Amino acid sequence: MQYLSSKEIRSLELKANEIRQSIIEMLSEAKSGHTAGPLDMADVFTLLYFGVLKHDPKNPDWEERDRVILSNGHICPVLYATLAHAGYFEVEELLTLRKLGSRLQGHPHKAALPGIETSSGPLGSGLSQAVGMSLAERIDNPYSSKFFYCLTGDGELQEGQIWEAAMLAGKENLHNLIVIVDRNGFQIDGYTQDVMPMEPLAEKFEAFNFDVQEVDGHSMRALNDAIGKAQAVYSQPSVIIAHTIGSKGVDVFERDFRWHGNPPGKGPEDRVPKDKQAEVALQKLRTLAGTINQEDIS
Amino acid sequence: MFANHLQPDLNPETVERSPTRIGYGDGLLEAGKRDERVVALCCDLTESTKTHLFANEFPERFVQVGVAEQNLASVGSGMAAMGKIPFIASYAMFSPGRNWEQIRTTIAYNNANVKIAGAHAGVSVGPDGATHQAIEDIAIMRALPNMIVIAPADEHEARKVALAAAKHEGPVYFRLGRSATPTVTTPDSPFVIGKAERMFTRDEAHEKKVGIVSTGSLLFNSLMAAEQMNKEGIGASVLHMATIKPLDTEALIEFAKEHGKIVTVEEHQINGGLGGAVAECLGENCPTKMVRVGVQDVFGESGEPDELIEHFGMGIDSIIEKAKSIV
Repeated sequence: MQYLSSKEIRSLELKANEIRQSIIEMLSEAKSGHTAGPLDMADVFTLLYFGVLKHDPKNPDWEERDRVILSNGHICPVLYATLAHAGYFEVEELLTLRKLGSRLQGHPHKAALPGIETSSGPLGSGLSQAVGMSLAERIDNPYSSKFFYCLTGDGELQEGQIWEAAMLAGKENLHNLIVIVDRNGFQIDGYTQDVMPMEPLAEKFEAFNFDVQEVDGHSMRALNDAIGKAQAVYSQPSVIIAHTIGSKGVDVFERDFRWHGNPPGKGPEDRVPKDKQAEVALQKLRTLAGTINQEDIS
Repeated sequence: MFANHLQPDLNPETVERSPTRIGYGDGLLEAGKRDERVVALCCDLTESTKTHLFANEFPERFVQVGVAEQNLASVGSGMAAMGKIPFIASYAMFSPGRNWEQIRTTIAYNNANVKIAGAHAGVSVGPDGATHQAIEDIAIMRALPNMIVIAPADEHEARKVALAAAKHEGPVYFRLGRSATPTVTTPDSPFVIGKAERMFTRDEAHEKKVGIVSTGSLLFNSLMAAEQMNKEGIGASVLHMATIKPLDTEALIEFAKEHGKIVTVEEHQINGGLGGAVAECLGENCPTKMVRVGVQDVFGESGEPDELIEHFGMGIDSIIEKAKSIV
């Protein structure tokens, strides 16, 4: 585990803020796509790509890289934005999201873009692929320090295939598999508690032989500590349930499930009119919800 | 006359019989010996899919996935992403039947190097009945980009298919049968992915002609039907289309032009399978009068394998009858 100084944490937080701004820009340009999940997972993605992963943006196929498997493919704007900010491709390309001929498909396509480990969108299959990768790695190198980070969401956990994969991961004691759940508590149709309650979630994973941690999904230090511990668990796969606030970073979008599947410009109008949504979101992010002057972060 | 590389004894009473899944088991084991990247995954059907031969020899390269076919497909995809050559096996009704979307997204769309063995395909599964008789698998797999689709004729060809699949870079689906079916080819008969093979050539003295295009283990019934028709004065030939996708269009068009009438024979729904593939090709390139032998848009039922083949109109006499209806 790598210790993060206060200065490093501040720098990661600012990077996450830049990534959130990119997410708003690309979604409002695309005029379709998901907002809440990408915004609330920006901290996790930033920490992974700027603080945790063994990877090389200039050599995305590097054999020794850690793998990030995005299972809930619909939050790909955060993956694309993070990859671009990490140097996998130009940030300008983010504005091609969902357009004809773009490498940034509406849901990730492995063959299209460097840094994408698998195509995903139909929910439930990413965890199985992460399990397969981890199994394959163990055949080649039982002492491998390569990690397989599978990102999933609480709505996705309703897919039966997730639990098929969890059973196999638990059976095989896949210690280099680290699952991170975006526990924002909502999905397209409403609050997860109403659509299909997932609690007791930690106990569910424990029953499948996972080491389980629950953390504040917006605390770089808590996330970093949890990932460090998960890396150290040797006899089990790990899951980190990251408690997040949907649409984190744009307070006027936060905690409202109607932002799950709508881009700025098409979201609920009770707090911000449609034509102002992108502009307001960017302003909120640039000033950290009005708490700082824009000059401080430029 | 029969192609010269076939078994010397093709008498229905005495011909050797063996299930295609036996050939798969042998081929997988051999592929595993030749290439250490080969791994095998199975869903609680290790012995009946003959995956146990590989599992016993290479336990560290075998993954028992349990009864979870969706997981099977995607775990296979993940292993392929790490450079392995996974062979995933279950009954065709469950894989690709149940896990078609996982195959589509995680194997075909990713162009993952996964080989999918669908065992117990066709009505010849027998007493287990309709729930276990996959007769739609060719249709659903043929619709997928990047996917190769093969129905081997017998044990020897199934072994060659497994070996060829291991060497082919990309997804491959092949269907296997449960029951012992006639062994028509020999270890030396040619098999190349995407290439059709002429197995019986008509007597040129006959004026009336018909071309039979078969796939899978109904090759034997097709050969018997062709031999009988030639005795009756109809110049019937058999083109064995082991690979349904990509279809050997060149051989098919030439065959259709030579015979003028085409019968397709498959242990599968007549919609979307070999009959569909042949009709699409000929319709676009060489419109030809044709008739399709196969399951006529109904579900199967329990019974003995041979009984069911007859009952659903895929026996030798049924093929002859259908062929005569267009000659």
